Amino acid sequence: MSQTRFPLPLRPEIEFDVTAPKELGDVAKPLSFFEKLAANGAVRRGVILIVVALIWEMYARFLDRPLSFPTFLDTLEALRDGFASGIIPARLSVTLQTLVIGYFIGLTIAAVLTTVAVTSRLGMDLLSTFTAMFNPLPAIALLPLALLWFGLGRPSLVFVIVHSVLWAVALNMHSGFLSVSETLRMAGRTFGLKGLRFVFGILIPAAFPAILAGLKIGWAFAWRTLIAAELVFGVSSGQGGLGWYIFEKRNTLDTASVFAGLLTVMAVGLIIEAVIFRLIEAKTVRRWGMQRG
Amino acid sequence: MDQALAKTASSAPLLSVDGVTLQYKTPDHLVTATYRVSFDIQRHERLVLLGPSGCGKSTILKAMAGFLHPVEGRITLKDRVVEGPGPDRMMVFQEFDQLLPWKTVEQNVAYPMRVNGIGAQDAKERALDALAKVNLSKFADAYPHMLSGGMKQRVAIARAMAMKPDVLLMDEPYAALDALTRRKMQEELLQLWDDIGFTLVFVTHSIEEAVVIGSRIVVLSPHPGQVRAEINCAHLGLNERASPEFAELTGRISHMLFDGQNVAH
Repeated sequence: MSQTRFPLPLRPEIEFDVTAPKELGDVAKPLSFFEKLAANGAVRRGVILIVVALIWEMYARFLDRPLSFPTFLDTLEALRDGFASGIIPARLSVTLQTLVIGYFIGLTIAAVLTTVAVTSRLGMDLLSTFTAMFNPLPAIALLPLALLWFGLGRPSLVFVIVHSVLWAVALNMHSGFLSVSETLRMAGRTFGLKGLRFVFGILIPAAFPAILAGLKIGWAFAWRTLIAAELVFGVSSGQGGLGWYIFEKRNTLDTASVFAGLLTVMAVGLIIEAVIFRLIEAKTVRRWGMQRG
Repeated sequence: MDQALAKTASSAPLLSVDGVTLQYKTPDHLVTATYRVSFDIQRHERLVLLGPSGCGKSTILKAMAGFLHPVEGRITLKDRVVEGPGPDRMMVFQEFDQLLPWKTVEQNVAYPMRVNGIGAQDAKERALDALAKVNLSKFADAYPHMLSGGMKQRVAIARAMAMKPDVLLMDEPYAALDALTRRKMQEELLQLWDDIGFTLVFVTHSIEEAVVIGSRIVVLSPHPGQVRAEINCAHLGLNERASPEFAELTGRISHMLFDGQNVAH
């Protein structure tokens, strides 16, 4: 070894004395109260909301035209009145019922289509052709046709929602199924799983991250589509939804209530996206280590 | 071990591979992976399929599992032709993602039993028993993503064993592990065999691993795979690794595989 082509330099060995951690002062210094507060995302977002509300209130007072731009406090009051009189909850429940019906019909059809698609080549061609055709078509564009077929009322709304949910969910489900690893598939088959049991036992849980993404996108599409559809022709058998509430209040120039309705739409969307779907994620894909949280 | 072998040597083979030619398609070619491969496995044997990369050893194993059908010849288990995958031939794969990430370790082990109609209580007991055998009782409630690669492979082995299959198929299960973990796992597997005496088919491309694990080695020639030799090595295990006999045998196999070319191991 001493006769290599690359002579190594001769260097002395050294040992050092290390300062004891105690003498270095506080090694783990606790953060100050404000530093901890600033690290909390909810607090930061809360501050932003308060600032926005303040600016809103000041600008509206400066503008002083309550018919086109009510103040923040007026809007809150309208919101409170809407809830106290039971109108907003009633409208909201009509909207949510329609949504749930449409959402689950859409999911069911998507599940059937995708299952057929993974078990046969014809099914796969069908699904990819249909999704390619219908996915770019905004659901709201089908509303005139829906009105023609199903008349004014809930069935038309449900039809439109089914359309908005179906393709997004089917597309995600299908790509999720395709990405299930060959090893997992073979493992499932050595257990003796076949057909539908294989789909439910292996494919669906293994593709769950993609399916959940599809559910979220489907939900977002459905919610926006439904409010828009209700705005266009909201009343179904005398019972309007949240979109209808907004439209109605605009007609009576009760602008503060229009804002209150919009705030409700935002709040519901936020709650379902940030609370319900987050909860499902925490209980499933993040717990299973399939998605980082 | 020699005794166990002698006892069963005369009985009918448990699994027999008879003149099996396997082909698969790539986008451009119809590739012949193995050509007229024949060998038998007796009960309690630890048969190792050994060969260089691309000799079709994993392909044979997949055919034994029932994922591939021979274009010529046949594979029979207890005199019945293998038609498709099934729980009588549980398989342990090389990849760590063979566990179901949405199930806990215990549920993973119990699941194949549940699928095949074994009651929940029974399956749970057998699962815990199998986990104890691979020293993972503490992790019964953990999810697979919390485990190291070696632990995942042990769960997969427990899952396969708990099913009490006729034959356990292992496809390079330790290839993705570091050398120290691999040694430990080999030791554990041999210990398990001493306890239970399962019938094992083990695929590897490491000559040393083949001699340590196997009671009998089927040496396959390079592509397309044909049987080059069948060798008994039940007398050589982990403790004999430094013995001249062990070195002589690995040398002999290496010579067969590489036809005397000077290949550094």
